[in-house]
Amino acid sequence: MSPGLTAVLLVAVLVTLLAVVHRPFGDYMAWVYTSEKDLKVERWLYRAVRVNPRSQQGWTIYAASLVAFSIVSVLFLYLLQRLQSFLPWSVGMKPVPPDGAFNTAVSFVTNTNWQWYSGESTMSYLTQMAGLTVQNFLSAAVGMAVAIALVRGFARRKTRELGNFWVDLTRTTLRILLPLSFVAAIILLANGVIQNLADPTTVHTLAGATQHLPGGNVASQEAIKDLGTNGGGPFNANSAHPFENPTGFTNLFEIFLLLVIPFSLPATFGRMVGNLKQGYAILAAMGVIWIGAVVAMYAVEFAHPGAALQAAGGALEGKETRLGVSSSPLFAVSTTLTSTGAVNSMHSSYTALGGGITIFDMVLGEVAPGGTGSGLYGMLILAVVAVFVAGLMVGRTPEYLGKKIGAREMKLVSLYILTTPALVLMGAGLALALSAGRSSILNPGPHGLSEVLYAFTSASNNNGSAFAGLSANTPFYNTALGLAMLFGRFVPMVLVLALAGSLASQKPVPETAGTLRTQSPLFVGMLAGVAIIVAGLTFFPALALGPIAEGLL
Amino acid sequence: MTRTPTRTGATRPHLAPESLALPVAPHRISGGLFDPRQLVRSLPDAFRKLDPRSMVKSPVMFVVEVGAVLTTILTIATSTLFGWLIVVWLWLTVLFANLAEAVAEGRGKAQADTLRRAKTEAEARLLRPDGKEERVPATSLHVDDVVICEAGDLIPGDGEVIDGIASVDESAITGESAPVIRESGGDRSAVTGGTKVLSDRIVVRITSEPGETFLDRMIALVEGAGRQKTPNEIALTILLASLTIIFLLAVVTLQPMAGYSGQQQSVVVLVALLVCLIPTTIGALLSAIGIAGMDRLVQRNVLAMSGRAVEAAGDVSTLLLDKTGTITLGARQAVDFLPVGGSRREDVAAAAQLASLADETPEGRSIVVLAKEKYDLRGRELTGASVIPFTAETRMSGVDQPDGREIRKGAASAVARWVQRHNGTIPRDTAEVVDEISSTGGTPLVVAERRDGKAQVLGVIHLKDIVKEGLRDRFDDLRAMGIRTIMITGDNPLTAKAIADEAGVDDFLAEAKPEDKMALIRREQEGGKLIAMTGDGTNDAPALAAADVGVAMNTGTPAAKEAGNMVDLDSNPTKLIEIVEIGKQLLITRGALTTFSIANDVAKYFAIIPAMFAAVYPGLGALNIMRLATPESAILSAVIFNALVIIALIPLALRGVRYRPTSASAMLRRNLWIYGLGGIIAPFIGIKLIDLLISHIPGIG
Repeated sequence: MSPGLTAVLLVAVLVTLLAVVHRPFGDYMAWVYTSEKDLKVERWLYRAVRVNPRSQQGWTIYAASLVAFSIVSVLFLYLLQRLQSFLPWSVGMKPVPPDGAFNTAVSFVTNTNWQWYSGESTMSYLTQMAGLTVQNFLSAAVGMAVAIALVRGFARRKTRELGNFWVDLTRTTLRILLPLSFVAAIILLANGVIQNLADPTTVHTLAGATQHLPGGNVASQEAIKDLGTNGGGPFNANSAHPFENPTGFTNLFEIFLLLVIPFSLPATFGRMVGNLKQGYAILAAMGVIWIGAVVAMYAVEFAHPGAALQAAGGALEGKETRLGVSSSPLFAVSTTLTSTGAVNSMHSSYTALGGGITIFDMVLGEVAPGGTGSGLYGMLILAVVAVFVAGLMVGRTPEYLGKKIGAREMKLVSLYILTTPALVLMGAGLALALSAGRSSILNPGPHGLSEVLYAFTSASNNNGSAFAGLSANTPFYNTALGLAMLFGRFVPMVLVLALAGSLASQKPVPETAGTLRTQSPLFVGMLAGVAIIVAGLTFFPALALGPIAEGLL
Repeated sequence: MTRTPTRTGATRPHLAPESLALPVAPHRISGGLFDPRQLVRSLPDAFRKLDPRSMVKSPVMFVVEVGAVLTTILTIATSTLFGWLIVVWLWLTVLFANLAEAVAEGRGKAQADTLRRAKTEAEARLLRPDGKEERVPATSLHVDDVVICEAGDLIPGDGEVIDGIASVDESAITGESAPVIRESGGDRSAVTGGTKVLSDRIVVRITSEPGETFLDRMIALVEGAGRQKTPNEIALTILLASLTIIFLLAVVTLQPMAGYSGQQQSVVVLVALLVCLIPTTIGALLSAIGIAGMDRLVQRNVLAMSGRAVEAAGDVSTLLLDKTGTITLGARQAVDFLPVGGSRREDVAAAAQLASLADETPEGRSIVVLAKEKYDLRGRELTGASVIPFTAETRMSGVDQPDGREIRKGAASAVARWVQRHNGTIPRDTAEVVDEISSTGGTPLVVAERRDGKAQVLGVIHLKDIVKEGLRDRFDDLRAMGIRTIMITGDNPLTAKAIADEAGVDDFLAEAKPEDKMALIRREQEGGKLIAMTGDGTNDAPALAAADVGVAMNTGTPAAKEAGNMVDLDSNPTKLIEIVEIGKQLLITRGALTTFSIANDVAKYFAIIPAMFAAVYPGLGALNIMRLATPESAILSAVIFNALVIIALIPLALRGVRYRPTSASAMLRRNLWIYGLGGIIAPFIGIKLIDLLISHIPGIG
């Protein structure tokens, strides 16, 4: 089978799977967030932390709970890394240095999973299990909670109540992420992904050298790594490592896991606001951008000029030969569009324009379909911007789902769309202006600029993947990227919650023939256009000096 | 009493202003024509507005001004032709923006000057409590002072007529030269300061403090003094400010990236890039659009007390329209004469005309006219006849002729009683005809005569509410825009339904009392709808205040004018529909120019980025798809295009984008095509053309 045909079949299978699953799964999630009943284990948990699961929070309390929980999580993860040599299952790991520990603590709590280190030579089994894997669940659940609070803001009328953060966090973890991860881990295990707590295995290679092959709870961590759009793998090579991603099937399955929650949340949204078509419109906008990026990526990777590359049928450098050109671009696009950051190939080795696509995917703001939860709220924010401009053009004060987009809403939305570009541009600009930033660059010229741009884009958008080439384990990058992750995650979240509060307090305007139809294909096109144009205009100069200059040389 | 009937109502008050009888205006909304000379006239104001304190109100243009100052200083330090050309065009960009605002304001100023002429230093004849008259300056009058105005006097302040009746020339305010009647009591008692009494004498109680009169407010409104940004304008300004900050960051951080790439850029070029990227087009025209929107209302003789009300008009989802005067002509009209018993149609017409010759009500006049037109019956002399006027008690009117013949017309029951009292006969089909007219929403007037002591019913006049021409189409348009129309009437449900069906309104409220109207407004608002209505009576005031858009008629009482948030000087309730359309057009213009402004950036990138970096990365030359001559000409062309497009769009900002009532989807599609796609394509062409021109300048091309 030709690589091109393989690629088409892979995409077709993936789209079919998602199309089948998203509606029932979305409905299930809607039920999780609207159910009045608690599970026994949940009741026990609420009693233990003294939370009344029936109490409702306004946006300020909801946001305060979220921030407090995240601060405690960062402190806990930091201490765990600093003290890991004194704790069980240390497998000989030394304490992580302060700047690195800060970076990793922030990285996992913000759902970024940027890894300056090699997991197998830095983190103890306990740190991996009780620290990083736990945060893989909780940080994903925090993102989902914020998205659901925003959905409630649209769905509810004349109230301050946005739900209860602790309940949303608990239910997301116990009813969605844990059961799904369990099933996913079993499937991965059955297809060859390892799962053990043994000491590293020592093997002798054919050449006579000795190698230590570390093990670990790989299958279980792999499942939530993808499902929670985290991306931080136990091994440095991530999903390119045969222990994490042994076969073509696991590769496709992992891509499915990346996409399944973000692509199902629009159905949850549609169900909760009582209008499934609105959910489909959001889904369609996400899908259009995703499929566009996939097609563009395959085009540039297959059509790379150069005799060797043509002979190989595409740009194979940096890609696993097990997986090839036909399945790597699909993974690369899906991981950069979902804020996951897991990789099965080295993005730095993609063609210049292919590398540019991965950066562009991320600067879209992780919305197509985006991270768990963060994708939905990011796309809804863009929908508000699109509604504002489109609403004016139909001659009415803009309204989305019956909620008016006035000065207060626009203020919050404007700050949201300002935050991440500001972090990316200021971070990259600073890094290129300072010798501390320039000295980490491996390749000269535009590729080096792409390395720095990629790092700050990845961190600020909470993606976590790395372009390779950049030596990011320096105090400058650990600190700067740590701050970018922190602000890139929590500033938008607080703004989203404030917006949710403002929307929930409104009385919805009834729909008439004069109302902008936000479920129409026209609006879907405009929404996708707004996402692409706003990101494109913001980052065109930077991209021009990086991947575009390299690609057009 | 004998008199010759006259056909004009000059000696008695109109029941309704003349404008009520006008057909509905054609529905294309547009403003006054734009005269290029206005640009020249407004130039001094545009320079005055360069003051940073006034510039800061528009964040986008403030950034441009700061950029212009910066490049000026730098170019003075290191003088180049390219630098100076950029400096000049940056300043022109700022100036053009100010010019747009100044032109918009200038149109209001001209109107304000006309108004000021009416506000001469009038003297007031103050009536002191002891009954003596004293002459005082009009400016010293306070609320509750009582003044006397006689023919020739200017009314010194806003007030209410408490005694007398007079015809008043209100042309200073309304521009309408026909005098209007003002009288004490009822809904026509309000007088406006600055208007002139033409005949008779009235006693007026002053209702406003000096400086707060209607005229003062009107001058302030049309001048745009103290104009405040409307909610939607604020929201848009926030979005534009945030886009400006994003582009500012993109340009500022480009310098270290450019430095890393080995192509440090001059500050002049970076400022040029920034100015091209930030949404200057909409930033420059935003306030002009708002002022022009208010101005379009003023041109239609509507005064909006706030811009907020104009915006709300665009959002209205329900229109409450009074039947009389809005949907139907002011009064009912005769449309047919129906004989009963053995009488002939001509006899009915003749008798009805005779009975109505002295009847000066519009209904009476319409009977005379119909009889003349249909049966060629000329108005005959009533010499010697005595007119029996209509009274609430008898509920009929008529005429007793010298030859002893008595004719009566009136409500069916009243005339029946009159006939029976004179031992007359009532043909059996009378009730049938009467019922038939009633069931179609018409009003039956029965005509009877008594000749030689014998009374008999001759026939029935069919009076009908005449629905204004063209209204049905307007209501269809409104429905397409998602606006529901509800007709309010005091008629019974049967009559109301017939008229509602004929006019094509969506719903009606029959036998409506003021409290019913309030309840309806509350109910609609509870469901999140915005309501617009018109009113003139004091009993309308609570509803006018409660409605989101309340348009008071200028002929209305002070209470009504105080309660509404707009006043229609023509007192034409149908204008509500135009007000809604102007509100929508205002928002559409903002949205369209915002889209256009942002879409423009694509072409500017293709002009400027290759110009900046093709030297170090020749591959980027491929992005120069317009094949612009040199880097300098490319950057300069983009800056010039950016400035000229502001001037080019001033007429559009003042006039508003073309608006036709249609569904939201159709409107969005159309505007996206024109202003979105057009906004992407237009600058490619414009920049190329400018480049072709300026590349002939030595040192640039």
